[in-house]
Amino acid sequence: MKQLLTFIRKEFHHILRDKRSMLVLLGLPVVQLLIFGFAITTETRNASIAVLDNSKDEATQNIITRIESSTYFDIDRTLVSNEQIEKAFKTGRIKLAVVFQPDFQNELLHTNKAQMQIITDASDPNQANTLTNYISAIVSDYQQELNQNKNLPYTINTEIRMLYNPQLKGEYSSVPGVMGMILLLISAMMTSISIVKEKEIGTMEILLVSPMKPSIVIASKVIPYFIVSLINVATILLISVFVLGIPIKGSIILLSFVTILYIVCALSLGILISTVTSSQQAAMIISLMGLMLPVVMLSGYAFPVANMPLILQIISNIIPAKWYIIMVKDVMIKGIGIAEIWKEILIIIGMTIFFLIISLKRFKVRLQ
Amino acid sequence: MRTLLFLLKKEFLQISRNKLMIRMIFVLPVVQLIILPNAANYEMKNINMSIVDHDHSEYSRKLINKFTSSGYFQLTDVSGSYKDALIVVEQDEADLIVDIPQGFERDLIKDDKAKIMIAANAINGQTSGLAVNYANSIIKDFNSEVRVEWIQPPRLNPQPAIEITTSNWFNPKMNYKYFMVPGVLVLLVTLVGFLLTAINIVKEKEDGTIEQLNVSPIKKYQFILGKLIPFWILGNIVLSVGFGVSFFVYGIFPAGSPLLIYLFAAIYLIALLGFGLFVSTLAETQQQAMFISYFFMTIFILLGGLFAPIENMPNWARILAYLNPVSYFIEVMRMIVLKGSGFTDILRYLVIISLFAVAFNALAIFNYKKTV
Repeated sequence: MKQLLTFIRKEFHHILRDKRSMLVLLGLPVVQLLIFGFAITTETRNASIAVLDNSKDEATQNIITRIESSTYFDIDRTLVSNEQIEKAFKTGRIKLAVVFQPDFQNELLHTNKAQMQIITDASDPNQANTLTNYISAIVSDYQQELNQNKNLPYTINTEIRMLYNPQLKGEYSSVPGVMGMILLLISAMMTSISIVKEKEIGTMEILLVSPMKPSIVIASKVIPYFIVSLINVATILLISVFVLGIPIKGSIILLSFVTILYIVCALSLGILISTVTSSQQAAMIISLMGLMLPVVMLSGYAFPVANMPLILQIISNIIPAKWYIIMVKDVMIKGIGIAEIWKEILIIIGMTIFFLIISLKRFKVRLQ
Repeated sequence: MRTLLFLLKKEFLQISRNKLMIRMIFVLPVVQLIILPNAANYEMKNINMSIVDHDHSEYSRKLINKFTSSGYFQLTDVSGSYKDALIVVEQDEADLIVDIPQGFERDLIKDDKAKIMIAANAINGQTSGLAVNYANSIIKDFNSEVRVEWIQPPRLNPQPAIEITTSNWFNPKMNYKYFMVPGVLVLLVTLVGFLLTAINIVKEKEDGTIEQLNVSPIKKYQFILGKLIPFWILGNIVLSVGFGVSFFVYGIFPAGSPLLIYLFAAIYLIALLGFGLFVSTLAETQQQAMFISYFFMTIFILLGGLFAPIENMPNWARILAYLNPVSYFIEVMRMIVLKGSGFTDILRYLVIISLFAVAFNALAIFNYKKTV
């Protein structure tokens, strides 16, 4: 036990001595959470669109004013012909174009039918869809106003409730995702690098021929980083509550508990990476290249898992961040208790044990 | 010139010796490019739905049928009360509740109006918004069917109607993969190029070999070039392999000129590697280099416009995005691959990325001190 403490002290010295790494380790989650919490929003704002008004009458003016007064769009008025629109799409200046046919109001009043066209830049299909929906809604509002004196019979009114997040804030889904990503990457990266470093420098052999048990050597490497991660969790939670304004609805003890489990899991993944690599370069490539994009894209952070093809839904199950993000959403935002998330907790524990068993096996092989 | 050649030979020898690294440099991007773009899909299918039907009438059953046969919704739960349905949402077994009140059919026919309540799990604002939209349009459809049942349609449509036709250019099938593949490819090339260069000079520092290089007559710019060129070539190879994958797996062939992409990529890689080298000169240990790269990579990637459109960001974040070389390459890649943009269309971006290239490399050369 005393040996372990001495070794942990040694490790802490290593970490504390390196001021630059310390700064990155403790400052980085703060900066990232702030940037992503505020910047990554899915609300549409200021989309550049062009309006080609071939009619220039009261009705088209009315619709254009409505489009303009919504916060979704910025109208680019310089476009006056179809050719210019295509050019504007190709230079990326506009995302959508609205074209009114000539004689719009006349047709609307006399034949009861007028046509307008929406052209979208569908290279981003999602945004194209969203913008089209907004414009259609604005136009149908206008139509309804035209018809307002005629009350329609047999009308079904829908009342809509947005549960848990009535203001539809983007932070509610991005903060749990950022937490899952930051904790996993930092923990896995730190442990794998610091263990592999000893291998590369050659000091690992000295440690292994010493009377210390390998497990103690590893534990002494991991525990300091565990503590660093705990500090990170504390700052992350403080920022999300006080700066981003996301209340912790459920039990804070339960949230801390699952977070600690997740960190332990990420640290064991780091140990596993360190046993399969022999250079810091390789450890870095695996823990950054191998983890970053899959964690962002498959964990449910950037894209909902339910929409993925079946195979990817299955693959997403092996990503620890997916389970952690579910738990954070459940406890922090929905405010539900342990009875609902015991399955996720068991999965994280199971993954941790799995990582540790494999690392232990590989570690022994290297000793001989 | 000869010095440079020797340096290049040395770098290539070092790279080719490390078999594990080479495998990772090529296998990781290919596998990820094959798997990841499939994950990106905002098209909602099979939204889990819970129904609370207090009415049990012919109309309520018809409406439920309309929901389940739409393809968007999947009935995973039928609850007796709204409260029970809420518990189901809490357990993540449903994301949308449709509550049909008692007397729905009677109210609709006798009072001319009836009410339905929809509640959505809104933790993810965007997907819940879409789900509610789908639900609304289904109810609207149902509503007009009911009307037709009870009202004789007049011969002439008395109400002015605006007909909206939509054309989706550049990607008429609205295939989300076309959007993702070029972007993911950019990210992969960026990760490979940046990580390798960022750690490279530091490794020489840590191993102590940099002192040997420093006392040699090699000039600063030769040293930097010797480090840059090998990874520049590697980056281009990864890009080409990526194009192969996007053609054979996704059937994507650039609508514009492939040469133009390589021209942009050539300058982009110089900028990116210059930044990598700069990080490398900043750090003392590989560990530091790695943390710094991690910091920049996550910001570059998440603010690159692939996961969330840059226009939607608040102003200060958009300024950050302008300082992010990755966002330009993603944009240009999409413009050329999907829209077939030409040289003059991307000229602006070409100039900007060249400025980045000059600035980053100047910083790297300036910051690399030959003294110990």
